[in-house]
Amino acid sequence: MDKPKKNRPGPEITPQIVKEHGLTVEEFRRIVDLIGRNPNMTELGIFSVMWSEHCSYKSSRPYLRKLPVESPRVLQGPGENAGVIDIGDGLAVAFKIESHNHPSFIEPRQGAATGVGGIMRDVFTMGARPIALMNSLRFGELDEPRTRFLLNGVVDGISSYGNCTGVPTVGGEIYFDACYNGNNLVNAFCLGLVKSDRIFLAGAGGVGNQILYVGSKTGRDGIHGASLLASSEFDENTEDKRPTVQVGDPFTEKLLIEACLELFKCDWVVGVQDMGAAGLTSSSFEMAHRAETGVFMDLSKVPVREEGMIPYEILLSESQERMLFVIKPGHEKEALVILDKWGLDAAIIGEVVEEPNVRIQFEGKEVVNLPIIPVVDGALDLKRPAKRPEYLDEVVHISLTEFPDFSRGDAALKKLLACPNIASKEWVYEQYDHMVRLDTMVLPGSDAAVLRVKDTDKAIAISVDCNSRYCYLDPYEGAAIAVAEACRNVVCSGAVPIGLTNCLNFGNPEKPEIMWQFQQAVEGMGDACRFFDIPVVSGNVSLYNETKGEAIYPTPTVAVVGLIEDQTKVMTQGFKKSGDQIALIGFTMEELGGTEYLKTMFDRSAGKPPVLDRKHEKQVQDFCRELIQRGLISSAHDCSEGGLAVAVAESCFSPGCQTLGATLTLESTLRNDTLLFGETQSRIVISFPEERINEIEDLAMAFPVDFSLIGKVGGSHFTIMVNGNEIVKQEIDVLKEIWKTSLGNYAGQTT
Amino acid sequence: MKCGIVVFPGSNCDHDCYHILKHILNQETHWLWHKDEANLESFDLVVLPGGFSYGDYLRPGAIASFSPIMNSVITFAKAGGKVLGICNGFQILLESGLLPGTLIQNQSRKFICKNVTVRIENIDTPFTRNCGENQVLEIPIAHHEGSYYIDPFSLNQLEDNGQILFRYCDTKGKVSAESNPNGSVGSVAGVTNEQRNVMGMMPHPERCADPQLTGTDGQIIFQSLIQNS
Repeated sequence: MDKPKKNRPGPEITPQIVKEHGLTVEEFRRIVDLIGRNPNMTELGIFSVMWSEHCSYKSSRPYLRKLPVESPRVLQGPGENAGVIDIGDGLAVAFKIESHNHPSFIEPRQGAATGVGGIMRDVFTMGARPIALMNSLRFGELDEPRTRFLLNGVVDGISSYGNCTGVPTVGGEIYFDACYNGNNLVNAFCLGLVKSDRIFLAGAGGVGNQILYVGSKTGRDGIHGASLLASSEFDENTEDKRPTVQVGDPFTEKLLIEACLELFKCDWVVGVQDMGAAGLTSSSFEMAHRAETGVFMDLSKVPVREEGMIPYEILLSESQERMLFVIKPGHEKEALVILDKWGLDAAIIGEVVEEPNVRIQFEGKEVVNLPIIPVVDGALDLKRPAKRPEYLDEVVHISLTEFPDFSRGDAALKKLLACPNIASKEWVYEQYDHMVRLDTMVLPGSDAAVLRVKDTDKAIAISVDCNSRYCYLDPYEGAAIAVAEACRNVVCSGAVPIGLTNCLNFGNPEKPEIMWQFQQAVEGMGDACRFFDIPVVSGNVSLYNETKGEAIYPTPTVAVVGLIEDQTKVMTQGFKKSGDQIALIGFTMEELGGTEYLKTMFDRSAGKPPVLDRKHEKQVQDFCRELIQRGLISSAHDCSEGGLAVAVAESCFSPGCQTLGATLTLESTLRNDTLLFGETQSRIVISFPEERINEIEDLAMAFPVDFSLIGKVGGSHFTIMVNGNEIVKQEIDVLKEIWKTSLGNYAGQTT
Repeated sequence: MKCGIVVFPGSNCDHDCYHILKHILNQETHWLWHKDEANLESFDLVVLPGGFSYGDYLRPGAIASFSPIMNSVITFAKAGGKVLGICNGFQILLESGLLPGTLIQNQSRKFICKNVTVRIENIDTPFTRNCGENQVLEIPIAHHEGSYYIDPFSLNQLEDNGQILFRYCDTKGKVSAESNPNGSVGSVAGVTNEQRNVMGMMPHPERCADPQLTGTDGQIIFQSLIQNS
């Protein structure tokens, strides 16, 4: 090791430079206090990224501590690259969801692609082989000129990246709303499979161990992605931030997956972390922090893409497809042989030291010498003020008399089926390879994606969910409903929910109204998770989703993972056979607030969202799963956006099932609109052969749970009779065509 | 049947082919690494699997066709060994000159992953021997560059020689523009060479050969090879 020479004199740190680094004057003073001197430029850059909202969670951390994180199955909770949950048979699943919102708005293709790459690395750094990708996407309204461009770009980015890596994209959700006009959301989820005794953690333990850099060379892309792009609002000059968006290379990612999984078989690998947000800086500081060690690195040894890169750039680059390994000394050659086999760049760039500092030298000179705790943990938790927004007083009060009821529901049904939030997402998922790896048991387009676990009897069900309109109208209830609905979705496929990961997308936390939304949503989510006994094992917070002062609706997206013990008991949402009975588990209330119906027919996002009775919800879910496990039913489908009529229509023409008609015969005192299109929670539409009626009804009585026969599968039409009057009758093929082609027609138009 | 599955950097259907041949159809199956030249004489079948070999850089299959293992595969094929190229494997067979024609971007200019139906055009080959005349198979496709192209004269020749093995069709076996997912000339989904020992196809038979997943139509292709090896 060369003896470090004295710090080279850098430019003087002026208040202007501090501000350009996204730090406040108070924060800069705190830095000087903590390290006992002025930082140099490189060190300031390090603090800038590590204390950014994106990396430090300084606004959100106090609230996140309130989420439940434990269950007997949890092998790794929040704080690592991904959460890990035991599924038995010596196996575990590692999963996480993460946002790439800001980059995807500026440069949709690369922004979305690198979002997929990043989340995959978070999962395989745990030692897991990625087996499934999902995503949750939000775009502005259809008439917004940029929406079509963003939709095409984001889907293309996910498709090009995911497909090339050979990990199937098995499902997700997409919503369109004006609140995302200036700020689309791209939340990417990945799940991997790992032997429960071969889980790798991101710690740089063991003094003398070697630091191994693996993957793409470091370039000048993505510098300050975390601090300046992800941690501030958009304005007129946002386009100028395009260079902070990284560029992805899925081919390298694929090689990285294979090489890393091969390295993980070696017992001399000590720890590993992806160089994601804040690149080499965060990976080195965080790994040393977790292991309570220190790190020495020589940046001259880092493989770089271009000449003349200075330490500041090398440390803050967010070039993609890079990993930092810690390995035991004496095994450097073996590691390099494996990496060479896969054609990857690799270099030993430093070692683990005892003193809890990160010391970095470049061309023989020491350029950084910082204690670890102030950098990783020094950013003060911000007690940002929270205040209930005034808009709520206006929007939640609606009277149903404002909205005339109908005697025929045909037009509304057609309009809802064509609405992009409800219409088939076929145009999207046909661009994703959703079959590679031969695990996909339930193809996209059902309530939940289901993957088998080869060499076992088990299967995994996954659902991503959030209705942000509900969250806008009541963030507490909205977030609780997101949890309940994602659970209901995996239950409809026959699974027991075992874990959750979240992606909390909100506006500018410096505004008390946004902080209130955040606080309410996290509380609602936490309470629901506690009630349903589901641990939150990983997650991500994305704040500053605002453009010119306009915030998105609060969007606390959740992904719930469920376990199916018996692969032969996987359920799907499509009707299977003419003559089968249709029944509803749960009951319908007179609720229209926050519905897709009000938005589509009256352009109103108003009213109180549906009420969630958690106890009732749990009974409904348990009953549905019981029916599936006993092999009594042929289909199960959650009632959500668009209500009962849309749910039944979707069961008539579900992908992978033949198209079948249906007749509903309803008796009700409710308004027709609420009966057909209201979004009362805790409802599941099931179908089953007629001869099982008695057995199922007896079970429902014994449970007890609300249960009613509502119709029959068959015919070429979808007919709805209410109290003896026909209020809908449409050819099923016509409805299917509307539903199937609407989104593709929109996306494919050229303007 | 002794099978070899070539692994290129970026292959991603290699494990799927291995799973079907080894675990579902119980055949002796080996990996072949792209950097190795190998004597393939003892093999009954070499599979070039789907994926994105070399990241699809330059053109899909272009770089893979120059890898060391391809020298061995070409020698093997010229000696009459059976070679099956699926998706990216088909692209590699075209780039290496073992099959005629080329594959260009889908007409939609988008990646397409979905189940399609194909009609068997010739059952007198080792790959289709177990099929019925004009049988319709439901098989998934998953590609971005899957639109087959060859000049009209050569297309006629392929037809006359019985080298076209599959055409995209509707569920009843009718070939039309509507049932052509990617704009392939003549709705061609798979072709063989004159000797009928090398076959390339865009649909993925390995994706519909495990009874636990939906559909098993792809098995018939592997079974044809197994029962006639």
